[in-house]
Amino acid sequence: MNVEPLSPPGVTTHDADILRMSHIRMKFGPVEVLKDVTLTLRRKEILGLLGANGSGKSTLIKVLAGFNSPEPGSVVRLWGEELPLPLDAGRIRQMGVAFVHQHLALVPSLSVIDNMLISDTSLRPYGINWGKERRRISALMAEFGLTIDPDAMVGSLSPVERAFVAIVRAFAELRRSDAGRGGEGILVLDEPTPFLSVADVDKLFTLLRGIRATGASVIIVTHDIDEVLSLTNRVAVMRDGRLAAMLNTQDTSRQQILDTIVGRAISAYERAAKTAPTQPNVTIKGLSGGRCKGFDATLKKGEILGVTGLIGSGFADVPYLLFGATPGQGQITVGKTQLDAAHLPPAKAHGAGIALLPGDRMGQGGVATLSVTENATFLALPRMRHGLGLSHAMMTRATNALIAAHDVRPANSSADLGNLSGGNQQKVLLGKWLAEEPQLLCLDEPTQGVDYGARQQIFAALDQAAARGMTILIASTDHEQLAQLCDRVIVFRRGVPIQELGGAEVAKEKIARACLGSDLPQNNDVPQDTEVFA
Amino acid sequence: MTAGTTNPTAAKPRRSWTKEMERFALLGAWAVLIAVFALAVPDTFLTWRTFSAMFGSQAVLVVLALAILVPLTAGDFDLSAANVLVFTAMLVAVTNVQLGLPIGLSIVLALGIGALIGAINAFFVLFFRIHSLIITLGVGTFLQGLTLWMSQSRTISGISMELVQLVVIQRLVGIPLAFYYGLALALIMWWVLEYTIAGRKLLFVGRGREVARLNGVKVDRVRAMALVTSSTLAAIAGVLYAGMTGSADPNSGSSLLLPAFAAAFLGATTLYPGRFNPLGTLLSVYFLITGITGLTMLGADAYVQSLFYGGALVVAVSLSQLVRGRQPQSFG
Repeated sequence: MNVEPLSPPGVTTHDADILRMSHIRMKFGPVEVLKDVTLTLRRKEILGLLGANGSGKSTLIKVLAGFNSPEPGSVVRLWGEELPLPLDAGRIRQMGVAFVHQHLALVPSLSVIDNMLISDTSLRPYGINWGKERRRISALMAEFGLTIDPDAMVGSLSPVERAFVAIVRAFAELRRSDAGRGGEGILVLDEPTPFLSVADVDKLFTLLRGIRATGASVIIVTHDIDEVLSLTNRVAVMRDGRLAAMLNTQDTSRQQILDTIVGRAISAYERAAKTAPTQPNVTIKGLSGGRCKGFDATLKKGEILGVTGLIGSGFADVPYLLFGATPGQGQITVGKTQLDAAHLPPAKAHGAGIALLPGDRMGQGGVATLSVTENATFLALPRMRHGLGLSHAMMTRATNALIAAHDVRPANSSADLGNLSGGNQQKVLLGKWLAEEPQLLCLDEPTQGVDYGARQQIFAALDQAAARGMTILIASTDHEQLAQLCDRVIVFRRGVPIQELGGAEVAKEKIARACLGSDLPQNNDVPQDTEVFA
Repeated sequence: MTAGTTNPTAAKPRRSWTKEMERFALLGAWAVLIAVFALAVPDTFLTWRTFSAMFGSQAVLVVLALAILVPLTAGDFDLSAANVLVFTAMLVAVTNVQLGLPIGLSIVLALGIGALIGAINAFFVLFFRIHSLIITLGVGTFLQGLTLWMSQSRTISGISMELVQLVVIQRLVGIPLAFYYGLALALIMWWVLEYTIAGRKLLFVGRGREVARLNGVKVDRVRAMALVTSSTLAAIAGVLYAGMTGSADPNSGSSLLLPAFAAAFLGATTLYPGRFNPLGTLLSVYFLITGITGLTMLGADAYVQSLFYGGALVVAVSLSQLVRGRQPQSFG
């Protein structure tokens, strides 16, 4: 099989196209998330799929996986055959498309061999011959120069080895498929690298190149431009639900890709002028834990600070570390109270005037099976005592006040919290914490899964709280949200803050660029530095 | 808000009739059961003596079911409760009859040992992070062994009549005092769960441990207290058990465990549907004993007890699930 010479950039039909997704349109309710996207994949190529959050790249992959059903008029051709829509998830795998999702779908408490066999449905009339399977898996690993013990527990493997297991498993699935018998197949990887070190990413790429050498093609969804440049043959860039460009990696520069991702449009939103906060309120020294490797900051009264970066860069741990929800180290001063992050149970953080609105709304924020009243008043219970015990009338009154203040719908305090929409759940949980009037309010992705209207209301509530003097810290990858709300934004990369944006720099495009690592003199040094230390 | 929309504070939640029906369905079923037996065997069933016997005899089960309700609300199982009951009943018998301790001291000792067993359960569950089902099963089985050893596998009778007086002989409105102990405990627990912060914390810990932790609840402390409370209440049930007959039998009490769980789960379909609740549990116990008493009077054999306990539990919980549109249950 020959590799065809690459044609000029742009989407054109090509003899070597093994997959053509054309005129893909996809709606979630009234919102169009894919607007006539056409994407092709060639034999023996690695295609990078890039785009900012919400650009539609995950939706496109889900269309291919058969999870999303696109609008009529969309066409998917695989190995020259037009497939009925929505795609049948089982059929597409049978035809030779395998997926590796970000969280790998491995069971840590089972061995490599168990995990490898779970997706293998080929008939074994005499039961599993463990010795044979072990040799087969070792041989498959050896094909790519890997030496992973098939009997090892997946939980005991390093992160990169786990990624290897998931990828080799997907490759084995390709081999068993119809296309795999001819030595072909399509491997789709959804952001496999955020939790890997630079050296590990290199190893992973070696594996992917090895897979390409067998005749298979790879689609890799990622945020990281450097990775795309070093690995791919072509790059598809998505923006606002459209394919913004299809580029030949060889002829493309980092800057060109970056400009395509971010676009030239400048956010028209102007933040209301307000007096710059001056009075320091919260000091953070040497905060570390999880993926965050060291963070210092001074936050002022009434200031809204954003922390952001690529997924896995450590910023997302900051709110949890400040509240003592995940173990870590560092010194935190709130007002006059000194706290040690190493000995900070959430109850103590709460007592010191810190609040946390977690990102996992129904897993950490509130209880879906309890009523709005029970959720909304849980922190306020000491103020709800009357006579012989808690006054249910006072609880209902307080909840109705919260419902009115934040426009929670339906306005029914006895409904289960789980029956509300994401935005209304978030308004209830935010209202609960705001009623405590904390000194420092930490939020993780406060508007994830929240509709547009509720989002504006949450922004307004946070703005008002800041105006009353509350210090607010928001961890988010939603650059538009950060630009709309924050006085300052600190950008993380590989566990440490690398850039601080303030004033006019707090704009969607500037934040996006900083996350992706451009506009930085030391930009090219970051990976190299790590290699020196490695 | 625009002028057209109504003020949300004024909006009253619409009363849902299916929900109200669900709340009082078991109460209705109980009334129907009584009516049916009253018509079938009016002479024997519809007497004060029958009702007084039913109310008085079930106090031990009521207290035991209320005991396991506490850790159930916090998301833990206490399978050792019935063995704690037998063990403490035997402890009262041995210390009072064989060692000659005054009955008051025997009772205090039994309650103290009950609390200690709860603390042991809590230590293993929370320090080693083992599921409560495993630890309480092991501790319960261990206690059963201790009970047989302590009693030489014999029933010990002759417990001080003072205790028997206070449990079954003395009556109020014709019903043995034991009934009122169970009733009082159910009312106290209802108040604690509904009207105190401790009760609310217990509920949150059961429904969402991580949510409770991130709302500043000391989750481990709450779970430990739930297990200690459960064993202490089981010890109270043990004292009542010893007082019912003035003796302690090393075997029969442990068969109360499954009826206690049945009552707790059945209780969770009524009054406060979807929630373990003390008043619902109380109602369930008396619903079940009414059915069994009536069927026995109609000439049914002893096995009808198990048939009725098991059948009623499965049928009632299934019906309640139908009313709630077969949503997954979430007791925690």
